[in-house]
Formats: sequence, C-alpha cells, structure tokens
Amino acid sequence: MTNPILRISDLNAISDLDGRPILRGVSLDVAPGQTLGLVGESGAGKSTIAKALLGILPRTVRIASGRVVFDGRDLRELPERELNRIFGDQIALIPQDPLTSLNPGRRIERQLTDGLRLRRKLPWRQARIRALQLLEEVRVREPERVMRSFPHELSGGTRQRVLIAAAFALEPKLIIADEPTTALDVTVQKQVLRLMRDLQTHHRTAIVFVTHDLGVVAQICDRVTLLFEGRVVESGTTAEMLETPKHPYTKALIAAGPRYDRPDAGLQPVGDEIINALRADIVASDGRESHA
Amino acid sequence: MPCERISSRLTEEKVMPETLIAANGIEVVYRARRRAGRGEIGGVKVLHGVDIYIDRHETIGIVGESGSGKSTLGRALLRLTEVTAGSITFEGRNITHLPDSQIVPLRRRMQMIFQDPMSSLNPRRSIRQILTEPLLFHRVATDKADANRRVRRFFERVALPLSCLDRAPHELSGGQRQRVGIARAALLEPDFVLADEIVSGLDVSTQAQTLNLLKALSREMGLAMAFISHDLSVIRSVCDRVYVMRHGVIAEHGRCDHVFAQPKDPYTQLLIDAIPLPRIDPGWLTRGTDGGNQ
Repeated sequence: MTNPILRISDLNAISDLDGRPILRGVSLDVAPGQTLGLVGESGAGKSTIAKALLGILPRTVRIASGRVVFDGRDLRELPERELNRIFGDQIALIPQDPLTSLNPGRRIERQLTDGLRLRRKLPWRQARIRALQLLEEVRVREPERVMRSFPHELSGGTRQRVLIAAAFALEPKLIIADEPTTALDVTVQKQVLRLMRDLQTHHRTAIVFVTHDLGVVAQICDRVTLLFEGRVVESGTTAEMLETPKHPYTKALIAAGPRYDRPDAGLQPVGDEIINALRADIVASDGRESHA
Repeated sequence: MPCERISSRLTEEKVMPETLIAANGIEVVYRARRRAGRGEIGGVKVLHGVDIYIDRHETIGIVGESGSGKSTLGRALLRLTEVTAGSITFEGRNITHLPDSQIVPLRRRMQMIFQDPMSSLNPRRSIRQILTEPLLFHRVATDKADANRRVRRFFERVALPLSCLDRAPHELSGGQRQRVGIARAALLEPDFVLADEIVSGLDVSTQAQTLNLLKALSREMGLAMAFISHDLSVIRSVCDRVYVMRHGVIAEHGRCDHVFAQPKDPYTQLLIDAIPLPRIDPGWLTRGTDGGNQ
C-alpha cells in the first residue's frame, strides 16, 4: 500500500459518564484515492471514529490512548489552531441526513461559498463561480436555480448532491461519509454512489465510508473494517471480507441480510453464541488492559 | 386482469382462496390548505385509480420509492385516509364510506404496525398499559387480569423478557420496541395486518429476527399481511405477491418469483438493478444508470 493518508493505531476511547470503553484498540489505514468501509451494527463505534476524525466528539467521550496520524501528523498532539485548519478543511464530512445538515434559513449559494470565502479567502464573485462549477461537477440540473434555493425547495437527491459538492469544495484529502445514502431511494443511492466514486477518482480523495449496508460496501469500498462494540473484528479487502470471511461474526452478518436474488438464503439472525463469544473476548481483553 | 388472477390462483392451490380486502380504482387527493378569502387551492392527487386485493393467509408486498403513494395506499385500505374515488371492500362488504361508528369494530380486525416504534408508542405509558388497553377497549379480554394473562403469554412468543412489561418505550432497544408494536397488533387477533416500513431503521440481524417473527406469526395465526417497503430484498423474502408502485399507480404486480425473475415493467427492472448486493460485481456502479445524471 502507498503511504496512508490516515493511520489510526490502537485507539481507545471511554465514556466520561461511566468509564465504559467505547473504542477498544482500533487500528486502521486509508490510502489516498482509497475507500475504507467502516461497518458494524449500532453501538459498534463507527460513528465515534467518524466524529473523532472530524473533531466533533461529544464531551462525554474521551480518547484515552492511541494515535490518529493524518498526513504525517498525530492529530492528538496538534494545538487547536492547527486542528482548525484540518477539520472541515483537509478532512470533510458527507452527512447522513441531507435535510438537517443544511441550514434551512440560508440559500444554497451562501452555504456552498462559506468555506471558499472564509477558508480559502476567495472574493464573493470567485467563490460564486467556483460553487457553480462544483454544482456542475455533482451533476445538479439547473445549478443557477439550485444556488438561489433554500434546502426545503430541493429533492433529497439534490440536497445530497449539494452536500457532496460542499464536501469536495475545499479539495480535502480525506472525506468521512457517514451513511450518506441511507436516507435515499435505491435508484438515487446508486447515482450518488457513482458520483462519489467519479469525484474520488478525479481528486484522489481518501474516503472513510461509514455504513451498515454490506451491499453498498461491496460496490464502493476497497477495504473493510468490521467493528463490534468498539473492537475490530476483522478487516481486509472487500473481496476477502465478502467472499472468504474468516470470523464467524462476519459470516453471520453477511447471512443476515435479505437477498432478492436468493430468497431462501438471507434472514438468518446472528446467533447468540457468536455474540456471546465476541463479548467474552472483549471482557477478557478489557481485563488484560486494566491489569497491564 | 381477472383471468390472470384466477389462473395464477388455481396453479397455487386447489382451494380457491378467499379475498379479504380489495380496492378498486381508488383515488386519493390530499387537499391543499384553505386560505382565507381564496377558497381551496388545488390539491395533490397521490393515488390515480389503484386496484389491489389481498387474500386470506396471504402476504403481499407494496414496493416503491418515496412519493410513489405506497403508504397512502396502505392507509386507504385501513380507512385511515379517505378515498376520493373507487371502493374498498372487506370480506366482500363495501366499507368505503362506512361511518366511524361502524368502522370501530372493524379496526380490531385490521391492524397496523408502524415504521418508527419510538413515535408510535406513547412515551408516557408503560409497555403493559400500551398492550393491555387495546385488549380491553376492543373487548378481546374480559377484564384486566385476562388482558394481563394474554400479554404475558404473548411476550414469550415474541421473545420479549417479562421485565420489559413495566418499562417505558424509551427503555427498550429498537428491536424490542418493534416487537412491542408487533405484539400490540397481533394480540387483537386481527385478520389483516399492515406493516409500513417496519424494519428500515433496524440492524440487519434485528431486521432478520423481526421479519422471521412476523412470518411465523402470520402462519400460526392465519393472518393476511401487506408489507410496505422500499426494499425489494425484504419484499422478496417475506411476500407471496408484490405490487410495484410508481407515481400513484401500480406499475406491475404478480407473484414475487415471477416479477423478480422476469419483470415486465422497465421501472421494476430499474429498481431491481439499483439494489446493491453484498458480492463483488465490478460493473454494477456504471451499469444501468443514466450516466449518474439526475
């Protein structure tokens, strides 16, 4: 692998409320131009990792140890001023819900040009031209009209395209896509995935794609990291994970989803024995940690 | 297409199934707000003459994208939304314009499970209250003790711990809440259950559990079910027949095995092609979309 743009090693996070571990020694790499799928069921810690990478962890979550090296620098050691130049700039977000992520009271033009004016110091007129280019890049119809619109006047698919444009606006090196297509219809989802792939190829952006949908993973991710209760269960290339999964939990998750092509296959819930074995493992390693 | 309907039924079973609910040519118009001095402005027609039937003991799927009218169709079948044209029959009886007083007894027999159990379960009631009150209201249970007995017995069936009984909805997990929603509907021993997007917010494993539970319950209780979903894979794994909706009309309907193997309508094909499967398929992303344009 080429030099990773992001390398997380042995990251541990705990809840400040009750001291409960949230991330347990997570390690992962992403190379430029590559998409890493961050997969797991609710409570797996995928959002915590995404938030840590964007500097928006809630106050109740504390990073206890580990390294988050982005572009050669450990984010945990950088002063706040430096971090402000990275979060939302070098690392951008494509959020899940396109409606609540846009400001309902401001026109798209304002929201798309904010970063360009404030971060890149572009004058109004140039920022506007760049924003229009971005809307064309994300293949929005009638970009002029969209610029004048408020978020509620746009369809869900168009709103998601606007957010993708906003994410790519500052040419970030890393994009965190947090379930970006979960709220979309399947036909729109396919278009949005295709668009993200095209833009990524063009800009050589690294993407961390948070999702619970293994179908989406198969189509867009190069590598996959599967988490369970804050711990990496298995990671590898997408082909390895889907075709020759090693861990019983990986196999079980693949068998749990309904399959229109094999109606008799899917719908097998993950067995209790698999979950119990995973939990026992976690308890054992938590014990070792606290004694170390 | 009555001929096709009869022939497909004859091949399935020797006994002619009995139609439980049928709708013919129903239309629904959502009226715009009334504004002072300007009267009523326009309205949006969301169902344009829909025909649908559901036999006893049968599970059908209604699939479509957002705005296709699938939820409106479901609500119209239960008389939760008034239709502006067409007719709805339940056991052959026309219920299209039945007054509320006569609808109430039917409500027990036509139940609904909602998408988001968090907003469909009263947050200030205990699970016990949520489940026993409908039993008493509809006089399925003779008294409180009987209602409690029925709830406890059913809890085992839906694999909910009894400790949940005196908790509030927010204290349960998403999967547990959805099972409470299922229990609330099934406890009334209905003939028909409408399930509107009930698994879209759940993890895959919980989703599998919920769907398997519903499949088993409908078999045991002889329920007819309508499953509304945007997810063709979910529909394929639980339904006998499917209706594909687009822009307020039925684009295609038929037995799932037929429709999925050989869709007749190009829109059905488009929907099927848009489902990402968990297998490596390098051409998928670029296949079939109009170049990714809107």
